[in-house]
Order: sequence, then structure tokens, then C-alpha cells
Amino acid sequence: MNSIRKFFTEIAQYPSAVVGLILILGLISFAVYTVITIPYQEAISLWRGDENVWYRTPKTAQPKWINWFRKDDVPETFWLNTAEGQGTKTEEFSNGTNKIFISLPFEYNSTYFPQEVSIYFTSQFTSKEPFVDVKVITPTGEEIRVGSFAVGRKHTYRFSQDEKLQRRLKGHSPEQGIFMDLETEQLKAVPGTYELQIEGVAFEENSTVDVEFVVYGEVYGWAGTDHRRRDLSIALMWGAPVALAFGLLAALGTTITTMIIAAVGTWYGGWVDEVIQRITEVNLILPFLSILIMIGTFYSKSLWVMLVAVIALSIFGGAIKGFRANFLQIKESSYVEAARAYGASDIRIIMRYLVPRIVPLLLPQLVILIPSNVFLEASLTIIGLGDPVLPTWGKLIREGIGNGALLQGQFYWVLQPAVILLITGLSFAMVGFSMDRIFNPKLRGA
Amino acid sequence: MAESTLETPLPVVTPKKAHESTLIRVAKYMAVRLITMAFTVVIGLYLTILIANMGGYVDQIRRGEIRENTQQQVMNDPALRSLSASQRVKLIEDRVISEEKRLGLDKPFAIRSFAFLKDAITLNLGFAEFLNADNGSRQVKIIVLERLPSTLILFGATNIILFFATLFAALSLSRQYGSLLDRFVIATSPMSAAPGWFYGIFLIVIFAAYLHVLPFGGMVDVPPPDNKVDYALSMLKHLTLPALALALNQVAFAIYNNRTFFLIYSSEDYVEMAKAKGLTARDVERKYILRPTLPTNITNFAFLLIGVWGGAPIFEGVFNWPGLGRTQLIAAGLFDTPVIVGTTVIFAYLLAITVFLLDFVYALVDPRVKIGNESAKS
Repeated sequence: MNSIRKFFTEIAQYPSAVVGLILILGLISFAVYTVITIPYQEAISLWRGDENVWYRTPKTAQPKWINWFRKDDVPETFWLNTAEGQGTKTEEFSNGTNKIFISLPFEYNSTYFPQEVSIYFTSQFTSKEPFVDVKVITPTGEEIRVGSFAVGRKHTYRFSQDEKLQRRLKGHSPEQGIFMDLETEQLKAVPGTYELQIEGVAFEENSTVDVEFVVYGEVYGWAGTDHRRRDLSIALMWGAPVALAFGLLAALGTTITTMIIAAVGTWYGGWVDEVIQRITEVNLILPFLSILIMIGTFYSKSLWVMLVAVIALSIFGGAIKGFRANFLQIKESSYVEAARAYGASDIRIIMRYLVPRIVPLLLPQLVILIPSNVFLEASLTIIGLGDPVLPTWGKLIREGIGNGALLQGQFYWVLQPAVILLITGLSFAMVGFSMDRIFNPKLRGA
Repeated sequence: MAESTLETPLPVVTPKKAHESTLIRVAKYMAVRLITMAFTVVIGLYLTILIANMGGYVDQIRRGEIRENTQQQVMNDPALRSLSASQRVKLIEDRVISEEKRLGLDKPFAIRSFAFLKDAITLNLGFAEFLNADNGSRQVKIIVLERLPSTLILFGATNIILFFATLFAALSLSRQYGSLLDRFVIATSPMSAAPGWFYGIFLIVIFAAYLHVLPFGGMVDVPPPDNKVDYALSMLKHLTLPALALALNQVAFAIYNNRTFFLIYSSEDYVEMAKAKGLTARDVERKYILRPTLPTNITNFAFLLIGVWGGAPIFEGVFNWPGLGRTQLIAAGLFDTPVIVGTTVIFAYLLAITVFLLDFVYALVDPRVKIGNESAKS
């Protein structure tokens, strides 16, 4: 306990380490929060979801926070669903017909037009389809008749595809025409309270209509959406546990096995040590990423297979030499000789006498390795060797670049995951570098 | 890369044998290194081949593909319609066998792996299954060697410039210990945690996508300029962002690292002695500080370079640089086994050559190199 407290008082002297530690704690809580709120299966099914799951979100919408940096806000995306109790819906049954009246008032706060406006009808009936009449009341009280049509069990009405409505709106595309001042014909939306009115007639007693009215704005959520209308926040959130787990497990697996191998090699010496040294040399010339590419291409792209491969390829990495040099010194120390004198077994000496002494060297190494592995996971994903199902930061970058996000100015798509990656990497690196200076005073310089 | 700070091999000082000149010592040392390196390369390449085949797993996929393709061919060939069912089956069998023979799948894997090894060592890597070289050749050797210069230009040139730049920047920084600049470099050194391609994305966003001043990627303009000077200028323009990305990744950490060792050595007694003798600051730095730290700095540089080679595929992928790494990625996408193995082999060679060359430089600059002793440096 005491040594831990000592470590914290020492690390508190490095501002960058304190910042790093706070960021790491934040990231860990973010990861835990993500795993609790969006369970693994749900995240995967949401991420693989098609237009049926993501019908309410616009394509490549920017994140909400874009509006903070703009003088005039771009429209947000929102939806109102009568089945969920939004708006008012009254029903009146008489003479074998069910008269339905739906009113959905909504605020429109932007002078820009939405990408699209749609109404999704769901109706219940046995043989005869209900009939609806749709109107929009503008803030000035004007009434725009949108259309009348029969609705099946599931019916989608897209404003932009209604040519009749377009003609009635003086040739303006409907999703723009209903929001603009038709007298001045200025290409600007009029902000204010609008109302969508739907009058329906159903011809059976239990027959009814529910509507979901969706206004597809230019921004959606705090992370925006991609070309498949998916909410990027899912991948941004799930990227955290994946990256942290991969980084931590790979770093732990590598450092601990490397250290034990170095300890065994130095303790037994002779041919054991010689073999380990030769393997290290072979390992040095094995092209790391190329081999991972081969494994990913020919065998499996699963995150866990990659993790094992990364650890296996790093065990005999350059770190072994550093550990070895230190073990060689420790091996000669008198307390090890004393242990040998009382007849301690080889394993006991390695595990109880050699290994604990190397911890100061090992800890910074471990922390510094975490960001390398976090970035490695992102690298693998970006070159197309990422886990096929998991939504991760690297995948966002890959899909963003692959779908022309940089060419079309959709920078949020690539920059958000990149910035989170940078924060993650830097926080661990800052802590690791400071630990390195604390545990290895030699490096503090002069 | 960070491990290099933890690892500073200090070779054992051995009494200098008077009768041996430096040249012979270095030559002997290098000869031993060359032989061990050769063995290392052979073992490394064999491992690569084993991994490439996953113990024959890939062969099964390829056999299946061959059978399916042949069946399709025979079924769809109007000239073969008249054949009876049994004749057709026989024809398919014959074609599968000859196709397997063409791709060398008829021999057991263990034997083929050694044949493969020999081919890999001699760079005789056969023919690509899908990819072509620019001149239309399908020989893996030509495809791979054609791409080698671009990779060497990208990584070789930039890294050598960065090595010397950081070395001298660190030297001047160690003179200003504790200054604002010094502290800035220390504070920014964790930036090396992010790889070069990562900064590349930011740079592309800023300079290519937003400011439109530099190209997104590639090596030269399309179409390439005819004039040699224009060609070089165009290449330089395309090289700017990748070089900057590598610099962002390496500079702060490398300067910080080098500076630390300069500081350690500049507090040695003999440096104080030299200063007391009245030598100029320049002489003291060059002869008494730079010289003894060079081996350590070169070791650090070696690890850095090895890391950079390892990251080549993704770096070239991000910058669309037509080098070996990108070729490997394309080959991986097409399941073109010979090219994947070929590029991996070349990377293994490049790594071995890097290690060997740096060993050589190390032996030249470090007078303490103990002849044939592995503990000196590996």
C-alpha cells in the first residue's frame, strides 16, 4: 500500500502524467458505460442493421455539435410517432367507419431545408385499407394540402417523390416547398411551429392508423451518421472497450511472457539462453504487419485471433534484451546466491527473486505498449483486417476514407474516431513516459 | 519504439589487441554477423512460408477454387456440349489435375515448403495469380522489384534525413537544458505513441482535403510529367505529406531520446576535463559527446527503422504510395498468395539488410565492439 501511495505522490509531480491518468480513468468509465448501456449483441446487430433499423436517420448527417460553430444552425433530425404517444390522436367510431384525427405539431428552427421529409404509416385492418388525407399547417397559418391516399399495413410516403405536390408548390421540391415562403419564393426555410394534420377514415371497427413523421435534417446525434444511415456514436462508443481490451491484453500478454522468458533464459544460461537469443534475432527480421496481413487474409480476421498473433510475434521482441541485461545483473547479486545456498528451486528463484526485481522496468514498458497496441488494432482495421462484426474506431476511419468522406468534406466521419484514438494513445503514453522517468532515474537527464 | 530507451546495451570494454587493425576487426565482426544473419534470414523466411500456408489450409481453399472454376469452364463451353456426362467428368478431372500441377499443388506440403524456401531465398517467386507488373509481366520478382524503389525512396530518404536532423537538434537542445524549447520537446515526446499513418490522416484532411495545396496521395502527378526535373518536383510534392507524417511520429521522441543520452554523457568527467583544457565547445561536442553516444543513437535508430518497415503496408495504403506495402495490401485483397509471400520475403530481406547495415555502422563508430562477441550488439 505504502509503495503505491509513494508512486502516486511521485507521479503527481508530472502534470502530463496527471492529465494522462485522468484521461485514462475517463476512458475506462466511458468503456464500462458503453458495455452496460449497449450490450455486445445489441451493438453488433445495430451496426449490421440495414435500412429497416436505420430508416429514421439521414445519410451522412453531421454531428449536432457542428451547430455550435455555425452562425446559422442547420436543421436537426427528429421524428414524431403517434404509436409512442407523441402528438394527439383522436378516434371516433360511427356508422361502421372510424374517423381518425392526428395532429403532430413540431418546431422547425433552421433556415436551411431538411434533406427529406417522410411519413411512415402503419395500419391495422382485415380487408379494407384505411384512407388518409395529409395536410401541413405552416407558422403563418397557411394550409398546404399534401395528398390523399389509401395506406396498406405499412406505407411510406416520401414528400420529395410526390410530383403532384411539387406542382402545387410552384415546382419546388416538396421537402423545401412546405418550409419556404411561397409568396416571395426565397430559397430559405421559415422557422417556426408547423403542424402535420392527418385525417383518416378506417372502414372497420378496430382498424386504425399510426404515423411516424420523420424530418431528415443535416445533423443527427452527437456523432453524425454514415453512408448507411448508421449512428456513428455506436462505433465511437464501442471502439473504447474494444481498443482498451485489445491494448491492455496485448501489452500484458507480451510484457509478462517476455519477462518470464528473459528470466528463464538468463537463469539457466547456456543453450537455453542461446536459443532464446537466436529466436529473438529471427523475430527481429520477421515483417510484423506483413505476417499479420497473411494471417488475416488466409486464416481469420477475428479480433482474438489477431490478439494471439500479435502477442506471439511480440514475445521475442526487442524488449527481451533489456530485461536480459537487467536479469544478468540481478543474477549475480548476493541475495540470489543466498537463495541458491538455502536450496531454493530454480522456479522459486526465477519467480520470487528475479521477476519482482524487474517490475520497475516492466511497468512503464507495459503502459507504453498499450497505445502501440491500440493503434495496431486500428491499423489492422484500416487495412481491412479488422474484426468483421465489431464496430471500432478504425472501422469508422476505414469506411470514411473508403466512401470519400475526405473528398466530400465529411471530415467528422474520420476525424472523430481519429481524435478519440489520439486521446487514448496520448493519455497512456504520457503516463508511461512519466513512469519511465520515475522508475529509471537515469533517464531524467543530467 | 519505446523499448529502446530501456535498453542501452553497454558493451564490455575489452583490452585492445595491438596487432589487429580496426579494419580487420570490423571485417571479422561483420563476417560473423553476415553468417548468423544468413541463417536468421533462412529461418525467418521458412517461418513466413509456413505461416503463409497455415499448414496447408490455403491449399484446400485453392483446390476447391480450381475445381469450381474448371467445372464452370467445362459446363459453359459450347464446344463441349456434345460430350457425355462421364466424358465430361473425366475432362474436369484431367483439367483439375493439370491445373493443380501448374500451380504446384500436386506435391505434399512439406516438400513444397522447402522448394518454396529455396525459391524465396533466390527471389525466384514464380508467377502472380492475379496481379500484373506495370510492364505486364506476371513474374512476382518483377512485380516486387518494380515496387521496391518507391518504398526505398519514401522510407529510406525520409528516415536518413530525420536521423541526422534529430541528432543535431538533440545536440543543440542538450545545450539548452531546461529551456522552454527543451520542455516542449519533452512534453511532445509521447506523440510517438501514434503511428505515422495516423498523423497522415490529419495531414491529408488539412492540406489535401481542406486547403487543397498538396495531393491526397500517390507518387507523381497523373499523367506523369515527361521532363525529369518536373518529375522530381512532382514527386517531391507528393513526398511532402508522408515525410511530414513520419516526422510528426518520430521527431519529438527521437530528439528527446538522443538529448537524454547527450546529457548523460556530457556530465562525464572526461568532458569536464576537455572543457577545462580549453577546447572549443564544438570540439567537445563532436569528439567527447557525440562520439560515445553514437552507438546508442544508432541502436535506437535501428529499432525505429524496423518499426517503420513493419508499418509500411498501412502507411503506403493511407498515402496511396505505389510501393511494396501497398502491393501487399492489394495482393491480400485478391488472395494472390505468391505476391503476398513475395512482398513478405522482400520485407524480411529489407529488415535483415537494415539490421546488417546498422551493425556495420555500429562496428565502425563503436571502438569497443568486441570481435565476434554477440553481447556487444545484435
